[in-house]
Amino acid sequence: MLGLCIALAMIMSYIEVLVPLSFAVPGIKMGLANIVIIFVLYKIGTKEAILVSLIRVILVSLLFSNVMAMAYSIAGAVLSLGVMWILKKTDKFSVIGVSVAGGIMHNVGQIIMAVILLGTKQIALYLPVLLITGTATGIVIGIVSGIVINRFKKIRLD
Amino acid sequence: MDMFKDKKFRNDLILGAAVIIAAAGIWLGFELLKEDGAFAVVTVDSVVTEKYPLDTDAEIRLESENGGYNILVIKDGKADITEASCPDHVCVDQRSISKTGEAITCLPNKTVITIEGPQEAEVDLVS
Repeated sequence: MLGLCIALAMIMSYIEVLVPLSFAVPGIKMGLANIVIIFVLYKIGTKEAILVSLIRVILVSLLFSNVMAMAYSIAGAVLSLGVMWILKKTDKFSVIGVSVAGGIMHNVGQIIMAVILLGTKQIALYLPVLLITGTATGIVIGIVSGIVINRFKKIRLD
Repeated sequence: MDMFKDKKFRNDLILGAAVIIAAAGIWLGFELLKEDGAFAVVTVDSVVTEKYPLDTDAEIRLESENGGYNILVIKDGKADITEASCPDHVCVDQRSISKTGEAITCLPNKTVITIEGPQEAEVDLVS
């Protein structure tokens, strides 16, 4: 099951490589893979979500980009999943809220990594733009994730 | 869908609003913290041709290819284009610039004026 989810997350990442959104704002992504991560987080478990997320990041970085990009992706993935897990645990937010938080935290993690690696604070100028686009894509991803999770309501996977 | 009716949805809205307010706050913070620039850097056809200190008033005629020109005026620590050979005068209409990172662009003459701080900070854009 987890292997299936990892494969699905990788396909989602590949679709994003094929259909980049960055013509409007450089660097933005839909975050399609987050549908899978949220699904695993809600339907299977936290540990499994961490596993799927990290393996996806490592494999996708090796396949479609470079090792440098892996540092950014891991920072984004760790912060994103961490915050999503906390928000889910409070049980005060719906899947959409969790998804939005995950989306923007992925951006925040990458920016923090960029500030550390490049040593320039100017890159944070980009944060407001990414927060807004991250919220927008997070809402879409959250709605889709909610639909998928609802479809699996009666199916136990763990 | 039932998920849109409950209290969680309200919390989602609060979260979204908080993010947007945070984004606006960060943007505003950066706007307020913008440093005064020290140099007006002239780039013609993506080659840096000249740097002019902003603390000395000057009027410079910037020549570009095909006989095009822009008049760059530096006054009171601000750089402005006051005259140009191009027909659309977009660069002339732009406001004068003085903060680091601000720029005036003249597309027809491929001329860009950017403001740089005292110490040059080269920013690599990695997305």
